[in-house]
Amino acid sequence: MSIQTPKEIGSIQFGLMDPETYRDMSATKVITADTYDDDGYPIDMGLMDPRLGVIDPGLQCRTCGQHSGSCNGHFGHIELAAPVIHVGFTKLIRRLLRSTCRECGRLSLTQEEADEYRDKLGRTKELGDDWSDVMKSAVRQARKAHRCPHCGSPQHDIKHEKPTTYYEVQNVLAGDYSERIAEAMQPDPDDEDDEGVDPVTLANETGLDAERVNQVLAGEFRPVGDDRKALEKALDLDLTEEDMNKLMPSDIRDWFEDIPDEDLITLGIDPDRSRPEWMILTVLPVPPVTARPSITLDNGQRSEDDLTHKLVDIIRINQRFMENREAGAPQLIIEDLWELLQYHVTTFIDNEISGTPPARHRSGRPLKTLSQRLKGKEGRFRGSLSGKRVNFSARTVISPDPTLSLNEVGVPDRVASEMTQTMNVTERNIDEARQYVRNGPESHPGANYVRRPDGRRLKVTEKNCEELAEKVELGWEVNRHLVDGDIVIFNRQPSLHRMSIMAHEVVVMPYKTFRLNTVVCPPYNADFDGDEMNMHALQNEEARAEARVLMRVQEQILSPRFGENIIGAIQDHISGTYLLTHDNPEFVETQALDLLRATRVDTLPEPAGENEDGQSYWTGQQIFSELLPDDLNMEFTSKVGDTVTIEDGQLTQGTIDEDAVGAFGGEIVDALAKDYSKTRSRIFINEIASLAMRAIMHFGLSIGIDDESIPDEATAQVDEAIDAAYDKIQELIEIYEAGELESLPGRSVDETLEMKIMQRLGKARDSAGEIAEDHFEEDNPAVVMSKSGARASMLNLTQMAGCVGQQAVRGERINRGYEGRTLSHYQKGDLSAEAHGFVENSYRAGLTPREFFFHAMGGREGLVDTAVRTSKSGYLQRRLINALSELEAQYDGSVRDTSGTIVQFEFGEDGTSPVKVSSDDETPIDVENIADRILTSEFSSAEEKERFLGEREPPTNLSEHAEPRVDARAGVESDD
Amino acid sequence: MTEHDATADYEFVDDAIVDVVESKELSRRLKDRIYQTIEEREGVSFEQAGEIAQAVEARYLDTRVDPLDPVGTVSAQSIGEPGTQMTMNTFHYAGVAEIDVTQGLPRLIELVDARKPPDTPMMTVYLEDEYANNRELAHQVVWNIESTKILALGDISTNVADMVVQINLNDETLLERWPTYDDEGVVASEIAETIEDALGIKTRREGTLIEFGPESPSYRRLLQLVEELRDIVFKGIEEVSRVVIRKENNEDTDEEEFVLYTEGSAFGDALAIEGVDASRSTSNNIHEVHKQLGIEAAREAIIDETMNTLREQGLDDVNIRHLMLVADIMTNDGTIESIGRHGISGSKDSVLARAAFEVTVNHLLDAAIHGEEDDLDGVIENVIVGKPIAIGTGDVDLRMGSLDVEDADANAAPEPSDD
Repeated sequence: MSIQTPKEIGSIQFGLMDPETYRDMSATKVITADTYDDDGYPIDMGLMDPRLGVIDPGLQCRTCGQHSGSCNGHFGHIELAAPVIHVGFTKLIRRLLRSTCRECGRLSLTQEEADEYRDKLGRTKELGDDWSDVMKSAVRQARKAHRCPHCGSPQHDIKHEKPTTYYEVQNVLAGDYSERIAEAMQPDPDDEDDEGVDPVTLANETGLDAERVNQVLAGEFRPVGDDRKALEKALDLDLTEEDMNKLMPSDIRDWFEDIPDEDLITLGIDPDRSRPEWMILTVLPVPPVTARPSITLDNGQRSEDDLTHKLVDIIRINQRFMENREAGAPQLIIEDLWELLQYHVTTFIDNEISGTPPARHRSGRPLKTLSQRLKGKEGRFRGSLSGKRVNFSARTVISPDPTLSLNEVGVPDRVASEMTQTMNVTERNIDEARQYVRNGPESHPGANYVRRPDGRRLKVTEKNCEELAEKVELGWEVNRHLVDGDIVIFNRQPSLHRMSIMAHEVVVMPYKTFRLNTVVCPPYNADFDGDEMNMHALQNEEARAEARVLMRVQEQILSPRFGENIIGAIQDHISGTYLLTHDNPEFVETQALDLLRATRVDTLPEPAGENEDGQSYWTGQQIFSELLPDDLNMEFTSKVGDTVTIEDGQLTQGTIDEDAVGAFGGEIVDALAKDYSKTRSRIFINEIASLAMRAIMHFGLSIGIDDESIPDEATAQVDEAIDAAYDKIQELIEIYEAGELESLPGRSVDETLEMKIMQRLGKARDSAGEIAEDHFEEDNPAVVMSKSGARASMLNLTQMAGCVGQQAVRGERINRGYEGRTLSHYQKGDLSAEAHGFVENSYRAGLTPREFFFHAMGGREGLVDTAVRTSKSGYLQRRLINALSELEAQYDGSVRDTSGTIVQFEFGEDGTSPVKVSSDDETPIDVENIADRILTSEFSSAEEKERFLGEREPPTNLSEHAEPRVDARAGVESDD
Repeated sequence: MTEHDATADYEFVDDAIVDVVESKELSRRLKDRIYQTIEEREGVSFEQAGEIAQAVEARYLDTRVDPLDPVGTVSAQSIGEPGTQMTMNTFHYAGVAEIDVTQGLPRLIELVDARKPPDTPMMTVYLEDEYANNRELAHQVVWNIESTKILALGDISTNVADMVVQINLNDETLLERWPTYDDEGVVASEIAETIEDALGIKTRREGTLIEFGPESPSYRRLLQLVEELRDIVFKGIEEVSRVVIRKENNEDTDEEEFVLYTEGSAFGDALAIEGVDASRSTSNNIHEVHKQLGIEAAREAIIDETMNTLREQGLDDVNIRHLMLVADIMTNDGTIESIGRHGISGSKDSVLARAAFEVTVNHLLDAAIHGEEDDLDGVIENVIVGKPIAIGTGDVDLRMGSLDVEDADANAAPEPSDD
């Protein structure tokens, strides 16, 4: 048994294979089409010959002696009775036939032309351009030659009948030449002036003897060469017909053998690696059995792979061919068999050739042959080679857990005890390792396998765990279960950006779902309506280190797309901070401590004052400020519209809403991530989420149908506004019908009317919305959510309370349906709002059946749009990534691809990272501002100044679980 | 780097300040900005100058792209990801409601495909000097751009009995569209000549009435002539079917000016027209921009067009640097290459990379014929063969060895990072 040392692949050469080399490499010749004998044993020199590799467990490969699993299989070969054409090269074969001499095989180009093309080819190759164009133009040039410039023999045109038949076309004198001439000499019956041509004039015109002309007319003399041309000219007719001489693959092979190497180079073919005659197969490779394994069905019957089926066909025909030829069968039969053999070999290589019926399975399903295995999304290249399947991965439904840090992921215990991490047993961890083994594979912090220094892998079972634990020594490896603090990779598809794959720390939990902190939903674009996510356990220290330093969630807070935070407060977090800070409510001590219970803060600041009961109270802004760094100074406008001022880490005024702490560019989170540290911003986001949850629980925030209702007088106002719009539209329609509507520039009158109606109805919806908005209370929970940016827009609310508005398909009012009307409820040509999809009711009031129908039309368009969009944008993304994946920033700041071509001298013209600078910053570095701050010295502390000058706390990659994990280790004890 | 004496240029910058600023790892641009700022503040102390420089340096170093950063993939993702949020519909151009322009995802795909011509070609034509603020002069330019067909000039009537086509030209329109002439008869004769040239027949003219018919009486020929007559362009650019004129505020001068928006594009012809400001006018056809103004302009056009497409969809928070990278790789070889099978992905060096993208089998067969060799430099190839890819952390080599300084120096040959 030989063990191969793994080697790194340096490069891969492509080329055709010489049939001789092929025969040498073959493990066996295959001659019988049968696979297994009656005992179920593979037949010698059959398609399942054990020399081609083994798939049944227990059998030994007769070539390498290995068993199934370790034997990769070996190629065999079939000696074809006659050469056949390789379908993949039919175009090239045609080109070569057309451009080379049929007699001497030389390329039909003069030496100068050949040199020119060769130079051109060399240059295009150097420039890295597509050289097939050069080749094509060389072929075109060579095809023009009627005589070979080297040996002078005449060249004929080649006709290619797809897929694999070639004819040589010669123009010869037609068999009915005399009739054709006679007919042309007759007077034209349509033309009275035409008297026809008599033989004497013809003789004069052509310069032939009158005698000869008569002989020709009698069909006794065949006018060839110049005579024919003279006759054709005089009578203006064509005396030739095409004679097609079929080129058999063997003829083509002989022809190609004569093509000299240097002529091939001119055409861009590498003669060392691929001689053109090798495109005509004389020997057919038989893929190893391992590449076409047969499967045993439940009833004990064997089912063969598609390739095996195809090979059986080829061998059968091949044999029949040989038998017939030996028996001296007529040429016609031989040719038929040859064609059949060609068909089978063709479909063996590619079963999707246009014009050829695909070879089918007995059930009628087209066979999946070689090309089909490679092609497409599920093919070998995209499906198996670029997309690899991995071990140590898990997938399950996700659910939220606000008690986790954003860096963490809750892993179900049954997943944690399936996926393992390798521990190298050393002096320092031997006790720990033994404890894991002792716990066995079933109880959670246990181990599944151990590996002895001699490479033997032992499974840890409930039975042997105690015993095995004692045997564990230094130098062993223990595959222990995942425990809290291990780093794993977590991913949700579609992986549209790099934040779709991030590293999390494990927290082992009961039950069956992965648990996430809700703040990581935006980067993954996840929700909890049944989404599933994948987890990968890392298997070496390098990978774990990289994941921890580069991929951990806190390192991904800033998005490279727009350079601001993508992780931050969402939904209820924002409602919570809004309620906490908007009216700056007061809290007594117990309440204040309750709000901060899930944060690091355990002492309250000086109270803001005393209430009527004489209790000290703290304000919401004060409590919020406890989470801020002490030296933070900021000022910005909130989404609500007020100015938020933070001085020395104290929120002095303003409402904290989406623009302050939200995902997608919340100012405070963004500033912390950029100016402080990733760790600080992680802590802040975690604490903001906890505080907001406590706050929202304190105040309570729920929503019901009554929250979207408006008083009767408001409803009346809305109706009034809509009626006014209706009147206006009626007016417009009347003007239009009177033919007095003036069209907008570049629009027809109809379009103008539509636009004006749409505009007016839009306005009606808006005013209905405004009326509704005016009647909403400030503390209406729906309004709170929409104003703070937590969820929903004011438009959603006005649609619920006021008026849904115009439904649109393709950006226009609904105009489809019956002839001249949308529904049979309306008169033909009714242009009113109602008849074209204006929904005047609100969602709360309920839609009329007709409105509902129009609304469904608009809704359907949206669904179709989304479906089309996802596939289109997915393909766009694939192409973009494929085109740009090779680009990398270099140490010198330039951007180059992996072959060293410079694409940019400095990334983005100034070398600024898109991660660290917001897209809407005019200049990445504001020198003015920096100077201002230094000169006015508005630093509250030395630390702040130091940080401003660039002193940062060093980044920590420490696990958030460093402490608990140590505790956990100490506590590792057997359950039994 | 060129040594230049900052003390000479600035009054408040002395040698000590120059020393401390120059010692920082900053680009020339930023150093000059620091001097300028110090100059403006007048009387910045040495310590303060040092602190400013230090703070700027800290910020500068903090915002550099990391070496070995896979910027290509990040840019591709940053453009592709918002694609899922775009609309599929064609809507009107934001400013000009009169002209329909492909927007949203279809336009983004079209740009990246470098499709020629685009679905809805259009030009934005700015005007020079007095043309920009004189409505009449602006209209002159409009008539030179917009293609004038016969239907815009007068009425056609086909007299079947006499086998003649009669064109009754409108005097006012003629003088409006040919403002340099003051006799409509001259214009009409010119029009008649154009018709004669285009159709190859004789015409009769009487004032502004033009009449012609087929050489020999034939109904088919007569109707054919009318069809052909409708397609003749008498003035303007054939490709431009419509021009919309708008008054807009010029951001540079803060003055009102006339801007023309055209439906259809022929950038080269438009630039040649008098009154057109070639320095500001653009076309949304990147190939025309490339042909007329060169590859750098094409790059700029790609960036502008993609950014505008994103902006229309409210996705302009995408960092422009990503778009630059896409534009740069599309124009890297001096021509506009599309992103996809027919462009960049199809012209990669690696056989495996091409095979893994699209048309797998053909690439493999061609590679065999040409005897190609795959050196396995790129990303996709290495994924396929199962080697670490040479980007990011895969591009870093660690060498183990002793801390023998001399030895280490000898071994530390300056190695380019890309091999």
